[in-house]
Amino acid sequence: MSDNNPATATTPDLGEARPAFDQDWRRLVSIGLVLAVAQIFISLSNMPVSLDVRKIIEPLLSMGYLSLLWLPVLVAYSVSREVVLEGMTAHRKGAHEIVAGGVVGAIGGAGIGLLAVLIDNFDLRDPLVNWSPQLLDQLTFGQSVGLGVALWIVIGAGLGGAGGAMHVITNRTRRVVSTVVLAVVLVAILETVLTDISEELFLEWFTDIIFFKRGGLSQTGAVVVALLAGGYAMFGRTKAKEFKASFDALEGPERVRANRVVISAAGLLLVLLPLVLGKITNELLANVGLFVLLALGLNIVVGLAGILDLGYVAFFAVGGYTTAILTSPNRGDSWPEWLPQTWWLIAVMIVVPLAALTGLFIGAPVIRMRGDYLAIVTLGFGEIIRLLFLSDWLSGYTGGAQGITNVPGVQIFGLANVRGTDPRAVFYLVLVFCLVAIYISWRLENSRLGRAWMAIREDESVAEAMGINTVNVKLMAFVVGAILASFSGAIFAAKVGSVFPTSFIILVSIVILVVVIVGGMGNIVGVIVGAVVLIGVLGGPKQPGLLQEFSDYKLLVYGALLIWMMLKRPEGLVPNVRRSRELHQEEFLQDAWLKGHVDDAEDSAGGGGEVAPT
Amino acid sequence: MSERLLTIDNLSVTFGGLHALRDLNFHVDEGEIVSVIGPNGAGKTTFFNMISGMVTPTAGGIDFEGESLIGLDPNQVTARGIARTFQNVRLFANMTILENVMVAQHCRTKQGAWGALFQTHAFREEEKAIREHGEHVLSFFGSRLVGYRLDQPASVLSYANRRRLEIARAMATKPRLILLDEPVAGMNPKESEELTGLIGRLRSEWGFTIVMIEHDMGVVRDVSDRVVVLDHGETIAQGSYEDVSTDPHVIEAYLGRPAEEKA
Repeated sequence: MSDNNPATATTPDLGEARPAFDQDWRRLVSIGLVLAVAQIFISLSNMPVSLDVRKIIEPLLSMGYLSLLWLPVLVAYSVSREVVLEGMTAHRKGAHEIVAGGVVGAIGGAGIGLLAVLIDNFDLRDPLVNWSPQLLDQLTFGQSVGLGVALWIVIGAGLGGAGGAMHVITNRTRRVVSTVVLAVVLVAILETVLTDISEELFLEWFTDIIFFKRGGLSQTGAVVVALLAGGYAMFGRTKAKEFKASFDALEGPERVRANRVVISAAGLLLVLLPLVLGKITNELLANVGLFVLLALGLNIVVGLAGILDLGYVAFFAVGGYTTAILTSPNRGDSWPEWLPQTWWLIAVMIVVPLAALTGLFIGAPVIRMRGDYLAIVTLGFGEIIRLLFLSDWLSGYTGGAQGITNVPGVQIFGLANVRGTDPRAVFYLVLVFCLVAIYISWRLENSRLGRAWMAIREDESVAEAMGINTVNVKLMAFVVGAILASFSGAIFAAKVGSVFPTSFIILVSIVILVVVIVGGMGNIVGVIVGAVVLIGVLGGPKQPGLLQEFSDYKLLVYGALLIWMMLKRPEGLVPNVRRSRELHQEEFLQDAWLKGHVDDAEDSAGGGGEVAPT
Repeated sequence: MSERLLTIDNLSVTFGGLHALRDLNFHVDEGEIVSVIGPNGAGKTTFFNMISGMVTPTAGGIDFEGESLIGLDPNQVTARGIARTFQNVRLFANMTILENVMVAQHCRTKQGAWGALFQTHAFREEEKAIREHGEHVLSFFGSRLVGYRLDQPASVLSYANRRRLEIARAMATKPRLILLDEPVAGMNPKESEELTGLIGRLRSEWGFTIVMIEHDMGVVRDVSDRVVVLDHGETIAQGSYEDVSTDPHVIEAYLGRPAEEKA
């Protein structure tokens, strides 16, 4: 967004360069100390040790070291960032920026060195479980402590200087460098997916070259990937941009046709991709799909209607348990004989109205509250539902802590039996329901109901004064959200084959909310992207993602990501246009004013002679 | 001659120990334009909030078209045919201009989730009608709120245009009575004059009855059939602009008592 924001865009080659050693030393030291603390924190969280098995480039760089190394570059880069306001001239970038970055990085490196020295001399293992010889070994690169400290200071200064140097090089070079780095890391992360695909497509020779056999890119592979990415950034990017521009320029029926082509291509890819993917990756996609369903539902409640529901997992649980009870032979003993044990498809038809009822039941008491109060009460209801399923009182019906096992798969008219052992089939099932959910979200958003939801989000009292029955409309949001979550629950029960109260802990609600926020509230595409990034890469509450080694740090990363999002990009990865406007009101108005979209001047002129700006 | 539209009978509102309104009697006839004036804190906005159902009166009655409004929610009051604007413009700032007037027709339309999901014929017809009525209402303000503006967010509008859009939004609810809370506040004299003309046309062309809170005496003089003066929650004068502007109670409320009488 800073690209099109005149207030913060850095304009290069203007003004004079500052002398290299004319620095604001106080500021550099304090930022360096913050960097040092952050790196010590990461070290003590044991990331460098436990992520060491995951190689990015074998044997040069592991995820463990990467967890420490990215910080100095980023911090040093932001230290030298200069905000140029109207009427100011930016300094010419040069040695000043590199020195500033180097100093900050060196202080950070010294922090890690200090930690190594402390670990070597004191034993604090009691309060800090990761205060271990392994960590020391990792932090000193297997060398002596003295050498390790020296190395860290040098590496820190080098990385910091590199971060500062990013301001000095031209935009084009910067783009090439960042594309190369991102591509190398991304290819290494996607290793499982890529090898799966290449095996099916007889491209094994290629992945054999770029990937080392025990994981991670080989050195040749890293060079190949870097060259490809660099080549793209230098030559392919402008082409891609031109193509996109010509696509955007299409209008009328041509545009419709082009859209249709893109959508069918994406659809075809989604249908064909699972065929070439292995079990693990398909499992992962199925998990992503389950969370897309949940997040689409919560998006209606939180993103459109603005009701902060922290107990959303309750509807997921109702969907899962109802399906299990209706289909499993192992359901509790207290159910009367006449309750049939049916097929999954029939069970879903009972699950949906039941979930809608639960939505009404939970929604009715909380709907008259607003803001924080509503969030807390929904949080409580989420727990109440889980505790009901867990309770001794209902254990005859729900199995208590033992849950319900032996949930059969999804029988589709004797054609197929979709269950957890066949993640590919599960993925297709999830895909169908996701499409249904997307259709529901899309249609409702652009209807009388959707407009009423948005009005309530904007200003509830005014919405009511404009004739919207806010109670009914908010209840509708709850009900639709509950139905989408129950879809997910029903598939979840059939996929896993069992339901336990522990599958529906409060963490699930939080993760779904994070998916919606990180992806982009109120935007269907954003929600899907959020689920792919968070659930697919980092993993869900219990589901492993592409970075399986990360599972211990998942919540830490979620938290860090959420904080960063709130500070820098509160509208999410793929923002809803409206939502983004809301959060950047001032910048937006400034932009609009510069482009002549705001009409302050026009009123005094009596509104005549208005020209529509293009 | 004309039908009695709104009758307010011995109405009182208390917040804690404060009498925001005390034993207020008020009425509006069909087709009238009535101005409510009074110094700051006189209870004018509370008076509007109470009619529109946002504040429940402590005692007394409100009858609209012969039926009581007491105990109705704001949305039910709007459905009965009373729409309002707000003193500190409260638009749905991130919805487009067209959406602002479309959403205001909520209580006049009835298609729900079902129609939207299956895109029924009735649903599409209704959406079209909502859109057309929205554009019709917006075109009342000339070229200001239509054309390329339709799909712009309300937040980019200038102050005066936001006020106009708020009036359009009230009109879109298809009311019989419109409550305007300081419609020309913050506008320059030229804009005020133009809006004064529009308020007159709201009655003559659209058939709305209007009750308006206004501080600009020029506007009050130009459009009102009748002026009601509130002070400290009580009616201190009522009548034509000429009568009211010379009423000693009114002068006292605005300017204070002459110094020699204080002793």
